[in-house]
Amino acid sequence: MSQKKGFFQGIHARFLERNSLILTVAILVVVSIGGVIEIAPLFYLNSTIEEVDGMRPYTPLELAGRQIYVREGCYNCHSQMVRPLRDEVERYGHYSLAAESMYDRPFQWGSKRTGPDLARVGGKYSDEWHRDHLIDPQSVVPESVMPPYAFLADAALDYGQIEGHLRTNRLFGVPYSDEMITNAAADLAAQVDPFSSGYDDLIARYPGAQIRDFDGNPDEITELDALIAYLQVLGTMVDFSTYEAEAPENQR
Amino acid sequence: MAEHNHKDEVTGVDTTGHEWDGIRELDNPLPRWWLWIFYACVAWSVVYMVFMPALPAPPGFEGFTRGLTGNSERVNVAQQMADLQASRSTNFERLQNADFAGIESDPELFRFAIAAGRSAFGDNCATCHGSGGGGAVGYPNLNDDIWLWGGTFEDIRYTLHVGIRSDHPDTRFSQMPAFGRDELLSQAEIRDVTQYVLQMAGQSFDAAAASRGAETYDMQCASCHMADGLGDQAQGAPNLTDADWLYGGSAAQIEATIHRGPYGVMPSWEGRLSEPMITALATYVYSLGGGQEDNGDVMGAGGQ
Amino acid sequence: MLVGAFSKGGPVNDESQYAEGVIKAGTIATMFWGIAGFLVGVIIALQLAFPNIFYFEDFGFTNFGRLRPLHTSAVIFAFGGNALIATSFYVVQRTCRTRIAGGLWPWFVFWGYQFFIVIAATGYLLGITQGKEYAEPEWYADIWLTLVWVVYLLVFLGTLWKRKEPHIYVANWFYLAFIVTIAMLHVVNNLAVPVNWFGAWSYPVMSGVQGALTQWWYGHNAVGFFLTAGFLAIMYYFIPKRAERPVFSYRLSIVHFWSLIFIYIWAGPHHLHYTALPEWAQTLGMTFSVMLWMPSWGGMINGLMTLSGAWDKLRTDPVIRMMVLSVAFYGMSTFEGPVMSVRAVNALSHYTDWTIGHVHSGALGWVGFITFGAIYCLVPWLWKRKGMWSKALIEWHFWLATIGILFYIAAMWPSGITQGLMWRAYNDLGFLEYSFVETVEAMHPYYIIRAFGGFLFLLGALLMAYNVYRTIRGGVEETEDRVNPQSSLVAAE
Ligand code: HEC
Ligand code: HEC
Ligand code: HEC
Ligand code: HEM
Ligand code: HEM
Ligand SMILES: [Ca+2]
Ligand SMILES: [Ca+2]
Ligand SMILES: [Cu+2]
Repeated sequence: MSQKKGFFQGIHARFLERNSLILTVAILVVVSIGGVIEIAPLFYLNSTIEEVDGMRPYTPLELAGRQIYVREGCYNCHSQMVRPLRDEVERYGHYSLAAESMYDRPFQWGSKRTGPDLARVGGKYSDEWHRDHLIDPQSVVPESVMPPYAFLADAALDYGQIEGHLRTNRLFGVPYSDEMITNAAADLAAQVDPFSSGYDDLIARYPGAQIRDFDGNPDEITELDALIAYLQVLGTMVDFSTYEAEAPENQR
Repeated sequence: MAEHNHKDEVTGVDTTGHEWDGIRELDNPLPRWWLWIFYACVAWSVVYMVFMPALPAPPGFEGFTRGLTGNSERVNVAQQMADLQASRSTNFERLQNADFAGIESDPELFRFAIAAGRSAFGDNCATCHGSGGGGAVGYPNLNDDIWLWGGTFEDIRYTLHVGIRSDHPDTRFSQMPAFGRDELLSQAEIRDVTQYVLQMAGQSFDAAAASRGAETYDMQCASCHMADGLGDQAQGAPNLTDADWLYGGSAAQIEATIHRGPYGVMPSWEGRLSEPMITALATYVYSLGGGQEDNGDVMGAGGQ
Repeated sequence: MLVGAFSKGGPVNDESQYAEGVIKAGTIATMFWGIAGFLVGVIIALQLAFPNIFYFEDFGFTNFGRLRPLHTSAVIFAFGGNALIATSFYVVQRTCRTRIAGGLWPWFVFWGYQFFIVIAATGYLLGITQGKEYAEPEWYADIWLTLVWVVYLLVFLGTLWKRKEPHIYVANWFYLAFIVTIAMLHVVNNLAVPVNWFGAWSYPVMSGVQGALTQWWYGHNAVGFFLTAGFLAIMYYFIPKRAERPVFSYRLSIVHFWSLIFIYIWAGPHHLHYTALPEWAQTLGMTFSVMLWMPSWGGMINGLMTLSGAWDKLRTDPVIRMMVLSVAFYGMSTFEGPVMSVRAVNALSHYTDWTIGHVHSGALGWVGFITFGAIYCLVPWLWKRKGMWSKALIEWHFWLATIGILFYIAAMWPSGITQGLMWRAYNDLGFLEYSFVETVEAMHPYYIIRAFGGFLFLLGALLMAYNVYRTIRGGVEETEDRVNPQSSLVAAE
């Protein structure tokens, strides 16, 4: 034992400690191994992401809302990851699947729950409640420590670049069609107006999209519209009636 | 620098002979306890990896080592949820088939329903209706005996199922026009009818304006809120003569309400919560203090 | 001993051969960003304790969601990063007995890094963020940092290259591992494509579960290589130097260095226990975290045992005391970390304030104190003073900061455990006992205590800044605090 150590120590003293390039390369090799073995399989193992029905890319409005969610740093207080633990499943609903965030760039699983998990908040509350709550959280939940986001209601949504956003996502394989990309701005506007002529096209492109005026102000498309549209779709895409949680390939 | 032996005077241990900016290194061996704990951690880790899912397949292959236990958190939680449901099932079945009288007459079942209801209320309802059910502006108080859509046990249970102006196909629905925004009434008319509403509610009002507003009220509002202002539960139209306001009772608030046409949404809980849980919630809400007997009388202080 | 060092020297100890200006600048920058970062920490702590302060109706610059990343980046990257850059430039010159390589390039590293901090931080306030913890700067700041970092690596390697000592000192192994690995982590985790070249927004290449693991491979090793390996390098120079004692064990330093850097990389998945990350990866994250315990403690042992034969200095020298306490906190948080990595424990601790307590025992205790210790050594050395202006102020700093840390972590542990237990509490009939907002309410007293602790810590740092200012201003004839003079000073005398 001590002999072997002596040997390693000898090598160390003779080469690694004496040659900065050998030391650098050795460090690089040693720190690469773990990452490669852990991360690479996530790209080639089929079992990483479950097969599910219902996942579709975000509508342009939802995607814009997601940017506001990221911009405001909601992930600093809210997770989007229901763990397979009894209390979480009971409190928040079905545990989150990998498939549910496969189009999420960046992922927003979070690491701190100052506020509750939001993975399944879609449909839980009314738009009006979200409006009230985002503008002044304490007005509806007096105990809340969430900051107010009143300025979102007055800020017109800037969606001049929305096509580019869809296109960038497509680079990575998010299934946005040419049609979706060229119509991105129109689809975005159509989603806040249930009476618009784009209604049917939007639904056809994004099945199940919720189309209504989210912020209660039909005159303007605001950042609040986009954020609420995003919150209302969270956790609602996967069709759990056809998902077989018990199937062996979904157990891991 | 020559690699000569050098002894540290304080500890009597050899140094390695090197020196950097005055710093030397002792040639102490690895502490035994340190080494052994390290080995123990490695050994424990290997054992753990043998028992648990641990190693991914190399490229070109599928799967991963599932370990001797074949552990899966997803299976575990499914099992735990099944156990949980099983432990509740007797009571849940009884709840499912009972009416309120049946529940109330069985103290154990009643206690169970209240516990279940209180638990679900906290995370699903309190955000709107307040942690004590006291409500907020735009979200009705569930403690009092004022009900928009009816306060019997069955009414409440139905409201929970279908929601109010929700996306449920059978939802309770009615809509007050946005008199101001949609320009059905002028600003002046709205101001006048507001004074009339204040008059009905027994608050201080401007008599001249109120008498002008009375006419508008009869034409525009009485169909829902009734000529006497007592409201109509069949359409969820609130009573305007009491001191209880869903959207606030100041002149400015009432004016804003008439201007924008309130559209309170209560989600439907049918798919989100289980049937017996909804019944339990109805029991809990009904017992908060303001439930109505089936014959329409106001119930007493209620359970709990 | 010193005489020994110097008799072998030759021309080496001519002090003009060392570049010191950039280190002086780095020392000042460390203090400046430290105080800024602690201040933002106190502000966000107050925001959680008393919601609605520092919030404004019409704009979101000061919302918690924007200030929190400002705090984490300011303390880790601006405070910690400057401390690492400044000390590494100091240590590598002294232990290689040569002037830093690259002419003015070290200054480029310094100013380039400050520029990175400024564009990243202003971005946060404006809501420009990649939304990944500790990697929030957007693509343009990331590219700039990559450039600066490559120069940093070259300057460091260049200095090692022309060293006049045959062997590379252990502190430099750690600095090198820190620089090389951070480069790798930063580049891979920030792979992204901007929506257009004139806009701030970009999309990361990796999404969902792959994005998550890459992020926490990065995030955990930001802890491992920035906050651990880098600061261990500081420890390996400043503790033996200040205590005037040899490092405890050369062999231990070899074994713990290689095992530490090898094992650290694997531990990232412990941030993703019970998530949608496949369970096999969680197992690897957990077991490697447990195996990481002793390699981490190797550093602690080498730091603490270096004091053997000089324990009495703990009583007399508050700077030694600070550094020793720092190493003790390091030992504590690297014991706590493996415990929290055990899945059953993490099921409770994850998402709660327990993590925050763990972070700050490492961050305030270990990173903070070792840095303060290094500053108290460096300032007299660099500005050629006999010691700091006031030893009493160092004592005050020590006690204020220590009590502050105690308040902080003594609040966060119970708060985190309470939170975790409340979330999973069931009543006797099998229903969840508490709603989420009830747990928010329960945190209130702890958040007040935490904010108070943070305030004390900030106060201590302000005392240090004043003390440093007075020391630099000069005119100190007599001081209780005497650093052991650097060999170059001895030479001058
Ligand atoms: C300072 C921490 C904090 C930040 C930042 C924050 N929240 Fe919250 N959030 C909370 C807390 C605490 C609650 C629970 C109390 C309440 O409902 O307000 C909450 C609740 C919520 C809820 C209700 C969830 C439920 O199921 O009841 C939603 C939706 C929400 N937040 C969205 C957001 C969005 C969107 C953002 C960013 C724009 C955000 N939050 C930022 C702390 C925060
Ligand atoms: C998104 C906010 C929201 C949530 C969550 C919510 N409610 Fe409601 N609830 C409302 C609103 C708004 C109304 C009043 C609708 C109206 O104006 O007619 C209402 C009405 C009701 C009524 C009828 C009151 C009446 O006077 O007739 C009952 C009973 C009720 N809620 C119970 C619950 C329970 C139980 C839950 C939880 C399972 C719940 N609510 C969750 C918003 C909410
Ligand atoms: C089509 C039916 C309808 C008509 C017509 C109507 N209302 Fe309403 N009104 C409602 C309903 C339904 C609500 C409750 C809406 C809710 O709960 O969101 C309501 C709510 C109100 C409220 C809020 C009560 C509170 O507790 O805060 C006021 C005030 C009011 N109406 C006044 C009027 C006046 C004045 C008019 C005529 C100018 C009028 N309404 C016409 C259906 C109607
Ligand atoms: C005055 C001293 C400090 C105070 C008052 C303070 C306060 C805070 C607060 C309130 C948070 C947010 C916690 C939450 O979201 O619940 C936080 C997070 C954090 N702080 Fe500090 N902090 C201080 C010093 C430091 C220092 C010196 C460092 C590092 C060197 C540091 C590193 C961090 C990190 C990494 C996080 C994020 C933790 C996580 O996401 O888990 N802090 N701090
Ligand atoms: C052996 C060493 C360590 C191990 C195994 C370890 C383990 C862990 C674990 C399990 C978590 C919680 C993850 C979660 O539940 O979200 C965590 C969080 C964290 N630790 Fe450590 N830790 C170690 C040392 C340290 C040290 C020395 C520091 C700081 C100087 C530190 C800083 C952090 C930070 C900043 C986080 C928060 C990450 C986040 O934002 O969620 N850790 N660590
Ligand atoms: Ca975090
Ligand atoms: Ca980045
Ligand atoms: Cu970690």
